[in-house]
Amino acid sequence: MQNETIGKTFAVALGVCLVSSIFVSYAAVSLRDKQIENKKLDKVKNILIAGNLYDQSKSIQDIYNQYIKAGIIDLKTGDPLPQDQYNDDLNPDDFDIQAIADNPDYSEPLPAEKDIAGIRRLPRYMAVYRVIEDGELTKIIVPVFGKGLWSTLYGFLAIDKDFKTASGLTFYQHGETPGLGGEVDNPRWKASWKGKQLLDDQGNVLIEVIKGKVVPSSPKADHQVDGLSGATLTTRGVNSLIRFWLGENGYGPFLKKLKEGSNNE
Amino acid sequence: MSKYREILFGPIFDNNPIGLQVLGICSALAVTTKMETTVVMALAVTLVTAFSNLFVSLIRNSVPSSIRILVEMTIIASLVIIADQIIKAYAYETSKSLSIFVGLIITNCIIMGRAEAFALKNPPGVSFLDGIGNGLGYSFVLLVVGFTRELLGSGKLFGNVVLPLTTEGGWYTANGLFLLSPSAFFLIGLLIWVIRTFKPEQVEEA
Repeated sequence: MQNETIGKTFAVALGVCLVSSIFVSYAAVSLRDKQIENKKLDKVKNILIAGNLYDQSKSIQDIYNQYIKAGIIDLKTGDPLPQDQYNDDLNPDDFDIQAIADNPDYSEPLPAEKDIAGIRRLPRYMAVYRVIEDGELTKIIVPVFGKGLWSTLYGFLAIDKDFKTASGLTFYQHGETPGLGGEVDNPRWKASWKGKQLLDDQGNVLIEVIKGKVVPSSPKADHQVDGLSGATLTTRGVNSLIRFWLGENGYGPFLKKLKEGSNNE
Repeated sequence: MSKYREILFGPIFDNNPIGLQVLGICSALAVTTKMETTVVMALAVTLVTAFSNLFVSLIRNSVPSSIRILVEMTIIASLVIIADQIIKAYAYETSKSLSIFVGLIITNCIIMGRAEAFALKNPPGVSFLDGIGNGLGYSFVLLVVGFTRELLGSGKLFGNVVLPLTTEGGWYTANGLFLLSPSAFFLIGLLIWVIRTFKPEQVEEA
């Protein structure tokens, strides 16, 4: 029984680990570019889904190029960032929310009392996507994110050109429980957002995701969305993150400016 | 030749890992709501079983028995990570709906079971075939369950509409039970019943 010595045991363990790690790291490194590209494409696809532009028969990139005009805005003022200030980190095509939020140059800590979405750091800039159909602005799509139960949910909210009605919502990255909180991906639930009043005429946030089902006869029905059953905490998270991003610390100033702009025309 | 055929095709009906040994049930419940995820999962499990059998068998004579299980786990875990990376690179959409279940292949009893029961005692070539065979047996059950669940639960196959749903103006009322995990239990139970009716030798003595 030559195999049972301590030396041999260590040698075999070390050998197996070494060989395995070489295989694993080779796979991880060589497939990385492809995975990053997939992730990017998936994000673009979700922008299109939120804007109700997605069409399986056409190339995602083509639709995007045809309808979407991306830009970066300064969240506090709501003004667009001039193109000459774009750089490797700040540009609408490669906008990585996580990287921006972690970068102290482009973000700031959010005090706990304002941080209802549980994001801790607020980016100073965000990428926004204008949907232009036949030369006219029809929708605006903004990224949103915030804490659910287990994970941070990242998604896109599409707002109609009146800048107060929801047109679509979709999450492209989250780690909620499949079947419960994971139902944020449910097409029927996502469709129920369409046409809901997000803001009133003064720009106050109206929308809420309630626990249970919306009573259709209730006067509040036009700005309430059904909660997800069995997922109280995810529902609460979605409610807070949407309300946060529509509020004064989120896209409030931006939407206000857009609205004033369209009224003056 | 017949011995190899036995090893490769035996696990499909005669010695099915799910049907007879009742292993690997967990993932069979979780990933069978749609054919697309089912096929990817079946492929991944087949390949992981085959290669883990191959590698375990290759080093079977030099592994000290005290760390035998650890070595097997390391090999299986590495293969699963590689499979996960490949799925993420080439089938991103599916990888999102499979989510954690690819990682959970590691805990699929079929793989560990075959490494322990077969690969440790047999040469690499046969072990590889045994892995493929058991993967096929697992795939067979998964595909039957996935087919039934997607067809009756959402009226589709591979995402293409087969039975038009009443909610979209068709005539078929979807049976929501088939989208929930318990339905896979019923289907696997029925399948085991059918297999054992035709192969009475599989019936255990009460």
